[in-house]
Amino acid sequence: MYEFDWSSIPGALPFLWDGMKISLVITLQAVVIGIVWGTILAMMRLSSIKTLSWFAAGYVNMFRAIPLVMVLLWFFLIVPRFVETLLDFPPGSDLRLSSAMMGFALFEAAYYSEIIRAGIQSVPKGQIAAASALGMNYAQAMRLVVLPQAFRNMVPLLLTQAIILFQDTSLVYVSALADFFGASYKVGDRDGRLVEMLLFAGAVYFVICFSASQLVKRLQKKYHPA
Amino acid sequence: MKRFAITAALATVLGASAVLPAQAQESLTLKKIKDTGAITLGHRESSIPFSYYDDKQQVIGYSHELMLKVVDDIKANLKLAKLDIKLMPVTSANRITLIQNGTVDIECGSTTNNLERQKQVGFTTTIFVIGTKLMAKKDAGIKDFADLAGKNVVTTAGTTSERLIRKMNEDKQMKMNVISAKDHGEAFLTLETGRAVAFMMDDALLYGEIAKAKKPGDWLVTGTAQSKEAYGCMLKKDDPEFKKLVDASLTKAMTSGDAEKIYAKWFMNPIPPKGLNLNMVLSDEMKAAYKAPNDKAFE
Amino acid sequence: MGYQWNWGVFLSPSASGDDTYLGWMFAGFKMTIALSLTAWVLALILGALVGVLRTVPNKTLAGIATAYVELFRNVPLLVQLFIWYFVLPELLPTSIGDAYKQSHPVMQQFLASMICLGLFTSARVAEQVRAGINSLPKGQKNAGLALGFTLPQTYRHVMLPMAFRLVVPPLTSEFLNIFKNSAVCSTIGLLELAAQGRQLVDYTAQPYESFIAVTLSYVLINVTVMTLMHKFERRIAVPGYIGGK
Repeated sequence: MYEFDWSSIPGALPFLWDGMKISLVITLQAVVIGIVWGTILAMMRLSSIKTLSWFAAGYVNMFRAIPLVMVLLWFFLIVPRFVETLLDFPPGSDLRLSSAMMGFALFEAAYYSEIIRAGIQSVPKGQIAAASALGMNYAQAMRLVVLPQAFRNMVPLLLTQAIILFQDTSLVYVSALADFFGASYKVGDRDGRLVEMLLFAGAVYFVICFSASQLVKRLQKKYHPA
Repeated sequence: MKRFAITAALATVLGASAVLPAQAQESLTLKKIKDTGAITLGHRESSIPFSYYDDKQQVIGYSHELMLKVVDDIKANLKLAKLDIKLMPVTSANRITLIQNGTVDIECGSTTNNLERQKQVGFTTTIFVIGTKLMAKKDAGIKDFADLAGKNVVTTAGTTSERLIRKMNEDKQMKMNVISAKDHGEAFLTLETGRAVAFMMDDALLYGEIAKAKKPGDWLVTGTAQSKEAYGCMLKKDDPEFKKLVDASLTKAMTSGDAEKIYAKWFMNPIPPKGLNLNMVLSDEMKAAYKAPNDKAFE
Repeated sequence: MGYQWNWGVFLSPSASGDDTYLGWMFAGFKMTIALSLTAWVLALILGALVGVLRTVPNKTLAGIATAYVELFRNVPLLVQLFIWYFVLPELLPTSIGDAYKQSHPVMQQFLASMICLGLFTSARVAEQVRAGINSLPKGQKNAGLALGFTLPQTYRHVMLPMAFRLVVPPLTSEFLNIFKNSAVCSTIGLLELAAQGRQLVDYTAQPYESFIAVTLSYVLINVTVMTLMHKFERRIAVPGYIGGK
């Protein structure tokens, strides 16, 4: 049997907390940008203008076809070069965090847009007709009638996706960024205590994600008593 | 101007570098360092004792210390009052790309200078010479490569050791199962947990892994060196001006005896994280490298 | 800049000498397919079982099934993979653990990856199956019981045939996910598609060609699976339901 030795954890807590902050920051901004950009994509997809709906469909299908690890690698190694030259950034800035954030946000937007599209389609068509009968234009009908209802229906799904996203942030290890998982791994590697640190990381993720998903369930019961 | 930028970006992406104005005389790297007042250094996270984190997450090590000496010389040469140092951790899988795409200006860690890599990046004067050997448990009865026939052997993905052992396996029909771990830490874990009987890697790094093991006394480094390899710092290809400056700085450190002092600090004295002494005496190859600094690959 | 493009790299002989780099990529491609398909079979079997258990009246069984789903849903795949590969063999009795660890490494990597992906995905499959069963009108179950079926018989003959047809479309997306998630298995050294791509970068120092080739391979897998599943969905759609004819 393996001899466990948990002694590296207490001293590493500040470093692990720094890692947790990175995981949280990436999650939070990817959720916000993902929902905003995802809503725009969903409306484009449902729009009657062919170019817009094709663009949105292409975007969503492309991002959903590629593993997140590959997307992050692209954003870490290849996209920054392109952006730097395009926007005249000083090359060599530490783009690990920003490229990870951008990769996540654009990737998650594809998933959010599918949830939101389903949400919009769940609102009966008659409501748009009713809104236009009241003299609203399409944008007003969307903003004032359809989207508020759609979002209310979607809140649990959006939050569940956010929990998945939080778990997926562990994949930023590809860019050597020390998120919570990366930090745990590095401490374990440094002290020759990988086994202990991996179990510790697993336990922490479980506690956070399990609590969050229980909260989501409560919310769901509150808004949609079955 | 913006249109030019877009063209340039497209040119980069399409690989048509010829569109860019030729600037052979002026070093782009030095110009950038001068303009931004900052330099980005690539370092490793757990290449003990070359470049790694200590328990306060500070980068330390033999190669890193040499690199900081080079930075001092760059600062003096460019007559900069202040030079910001940005540190960027790299892995064996992304280090070449990060040099190529200009994210990292210079990387001193544990990178072997070989002909294939020279096609994509530039190498400075050799900073270290290693031999590729084996680490095994003291009581496992592994003395040399011949003892590995039919057994599980681990090495780190993307290293020269990986190629050598795969080739040896094929040439000599040894029926070894070669495991390629993601990094040295994972490779050592594979060895430590008994999945493999030996870990093939650069000897200096093997001593480094022993330094962080739970029971350093259990392990030994053994076997006939399968190759001699020269570590160099990586920098961008086609920037002779920058390379000249870095090489001059490294040469000065080696011929003046500074490099040997740094060597003694990391290889002959107790080092973090556990205060273990690697006790690696200066090899003949290293003595030669310090005496007549050069940037030749061994391969 | 000055990146030297060289698409011919795929046809050049690989470092081990017995193959081309294209051959390496194809070997990785086959590994990704083999891993994803076996893990998917595992996920379907376990997921169906756990999903059904979550809907049964027996509190203990339903509780165990819920704990299973929560455990595998709330720990990142990457962490689960490391635990299966590195931690679990250490927790076995020493003799069994040692015997396992002496076996062929590719088998160990494949087994850990397959179990990890299979169980991770099974939790998600279970949720879809449960949702499918719960979406059936209550009357169906009552009708089955009223006809004198036992509860297992009601599941077997009335509810499950219907529920499985309903959950095929949401399962398609889980099926696609398993291929994408398999890329994570490169971290324990399994030479699947993403790992072969990385190996190509290590050996040839041509990163962009390799990234592009790997990305396109995943897109190819995705498009193929989507097309096949779309055909399958249309064949099994329930008449009268959305998507049915």
